[in-house]
Amino acid sequence: MSAGPFRLDPALLAERKPSAFIGWRTGLVLAAAFAVSLGVAQAQSGQDAAKQSAIGTLVTWTPFILQGFLLNLAMSFLAMILATASGIVLGLMQISPNRAIRVPSRFVTRLLRNSPWLIILFVVMYFLPVEIRLPAGAKIPFPDWLKATLAFALPVMGNVSEVLRGAVNSIPSGQWESAESLAFTRGQTLRLIILPQCVRRAIPPWMNWYAMLTLSTPMASIFSVHEAVSNAQAGMESAGARPELLLPFYLFLLCLFFAYIYPIALWTRALERKYAIA
Amino acid sequence: MLDLLAPFFKDLYARTGLNFIVFYDPYEFGRLLNGAAISAQLIVWSLLLSLVIGIVGAWVQSSQSAVLRGVVNAYIQAFRNTPPMIQLLFFYFGLGAFTPTVDMGGYSQPLISSFTWAVLSLGIFGGAFNVEIFRAGLQAVPHAMLEAAESLCFSRWQTYRYVTLPLAFRISLPALTNNLISLAKTSSLAYVISVPEMTYVLSQVWSDNINVPEMMLLLFAFYLAAVWIIGAMLHWLERRLALPGYGQ
Amino acid sequence: MPSPDNASPAASATSRAAAAPGSAVPIVSLRDVHKSFGTFQVIKGVSMDVRRGEVVCIIGPSGSGKSTLIRCINGLTPIQQGSIKVAGREVNDPKLDKLALRREVGIVFQQYNLFPHKTALENVMMAPLKVLREPRAEVEQRARELIAKVRLTGKEDAYPGQLSGGQQQRVAIARSLAMRPEVMLFDEVTAALDPETVKEVLVTIKALAADGMTCILVTHEMGFAREVADCVYFTDGGLIVESGPPGAFFSGAKDPRTRQFLSQVL
Repeated sequence: MSAGPFRLDPALLAERKPSAFIGWRTGLVLAAAFAVSLGVAQAQSGQDAAKQSAIGTLVTWTPFILQGFLLNLAMSFLAMILATASGIVLGLMQISPNRAIRVPSRFVTRLLRNSPWLIILFVVMYFLPVEIRLPAGAKIPFPDWLKATLAFALPVMGNVSEVLRGAVNSIPSGQWESAESLAFTRGQTLRLIILPQCVRRAIPPWMNWYAMLTLSTPMASIFSVHEAVSNAQAGMESAGARPELLLPFYLFLLCLFFAYIYPIALWTRALERKYAIA
Repeated sequence: MLDLLAPFFKDLYARTGLNFIVFYDPYEFGRLLNGAAISAQLIVWSLLLSLVIGIVGAWVQSSQSAVLRGVVNAYIQAFRNTPPMIQLLFFYFGLGAFTPTVDMGGYSQPLISSFTWAVLSLGIFGGAFNVEIFRAGLQAVPHAMLEAAESLCFSRWQTYRYVTLPLAFRISLPALTNNLISLAKTSSLAYVISVPEMTYVLSQVWSDNINVPEMMLLLFAFYLAAVWIIGAMLHWLERRLALPGYGQ
Repeated sequence: MPSPDNASPAASATSRAAAAPGSAVPIVSLRDVHKSFGTFQVIKGVSMDVRRGEVVCIIGPSGSGKSTLIRCINGLTPIQQGSIKVAGREVNDPKLDKLALRREVGIVFQQYNLFPHKTALENVMMAPLKVLREPRAEVEQRARELIAKVRLTGKEDAYPGQLSGGQQQRVAIARSLAMRPEVMLFDEVTAALDPETVKEVLVTIKALAADGMTCILVTHEMGFAREVADCVYFTDGGLIVESGPPGAFFSGAKDPRTRQFLSQVL
């Protein structure tokens, strides 16, 4: 998929080499920084026998942090599913020939894409009720993490909608014309011919958005959702709020997310390259 | 300006109960302006830093040394694949613990303020994306153009300055615009390290005055306006620098 | 001619005198040039002499090494073996000041390669201004004259993207001429143009030749070669198969390969 003259070829923006070799080295650099900071923290705390060492503290709290990380992942999966489903609907609305559908959906997409994710989170957390009252009198609690998940799904929904619109627009018009000449309706054309072709080219950007979604889930910690960052901070507090713990704990969190996201990023690049030829 | 806005908003509060206190109370108005100023400065400085890092990084990436290239690649991968919020916390709390403090006569203040850390962290985060964009732009300058410059006796540095860089910049501009707008939105994360920018200030106003919906609306409007302004400026630049005749 | 280059004044004086019109020493001379890309040999031993003021056309099937040969003459592509002398300078010399060489040799490419972010006039002015550092007023006047010479007066402020292919190619010719070269190389310059615009470029080159410029053209335009060339060379498989003045060449080619090629294209 080459661009015109003096245009950036989107394929060039991807990694040139999927080089797992570089990834290994990068992970090693982060891990080395982490080990060094632990060493420094250990040296600082080594003097006082009464306090547990920095490494010991981290080891003690690791299971708790990982538990929180699982919540991050759960939020990311759920949010992605919601965002994909609603984003596809919104995207189809954006390409509708009916102006009454197209214009509001375009507006909503632009609004969702242009708003900072943190502000959307604030709005959702404040304005969604704490519990949902059913007509029968039963009450379903609406936990904070679920609200946060919805809040993350919203901007991604806007972006999935754009991805779909872009993918549909990139299908050559010849496809529409030949479908029309074969007497397919617009709905059939979309369902049987256009959308199946879109899926392949939409997957790399879709995976990209998943990665960005996951990297935004730590924001939920601002609202006391017990995910990885929140748990790490709680752990640091419990261990006495010692300054030498800060670096190792935050570095650990960075490594944790990196270890999850980087393979996804590599996979996305490989898919991009594969579909670029198609 | 407060005198112009105050009567309308006081009236609005009286009639509808919509409390936009920031527009009729001098103290709150002052807070609003401060927050807006800090937000604006945060965005401008972090965008600039990210551009500088992007340019330097792209230049280093074209160097011969594999070590230098490896370092830049490691930097890009580290900052693109980790959450920006944790990067902020890491810089402010983690690295901040090691910065010296200045004795202000009675209390000590850290040498590097939370605002500065926010600029550094956001600039480094944005720079990681810009390096890729600039590198792709440099690569996209057709090799034939460089041959033509070489045949016209331009030295390597002259070719770089008069042909490669201007063209690479124009080619990179659309992708760069997207990235800079994204960075401006991400700047709202500075809230988590208590930088007194718009989000932080308005959250204080609404906890003082219990007018959450109105202040949230204002916050939304502020960021949408900021994004719109930056987008407009960059699109103007794009149109101005467009290569005539290659329009799309 | 002011030329702040490495060659000593004596050497350049010699080369000027030696390459005067009608003199025995050719201005471009190739001796047994070999060029390969990796293991693939593109030029397998080419020797050729071009005298000052001559117009030489190189024709042949694709892949016969014509374009590579042209690029070797101005040092864009290095050669593995043999010698190329241009205006007294040895191109194959590793200590050669390439910039000084390129001031003597101008080249026009098939893809024009104008700088898209500069107007036509700026394109023509750029090299003399930045490289030769000549005064602006002088450069601008000469640039306007050159643009008039290629019959594009009125298009000075147009950008390359706003010009047609033929117009861009003529600006490219003016741009190369701005450096006042001794020799002009043309690498299939009309191949990317449509038939109407081909004519306007050929007319320009013809006028250039009539003015006494030494031109080496790689071309498919047989009619042009027949009309303007002083000598035609036919290359095939990296070697010069046959050469001669156009009259004899086109009507009575001796080598069967030449005859076969000519029967296909004429």
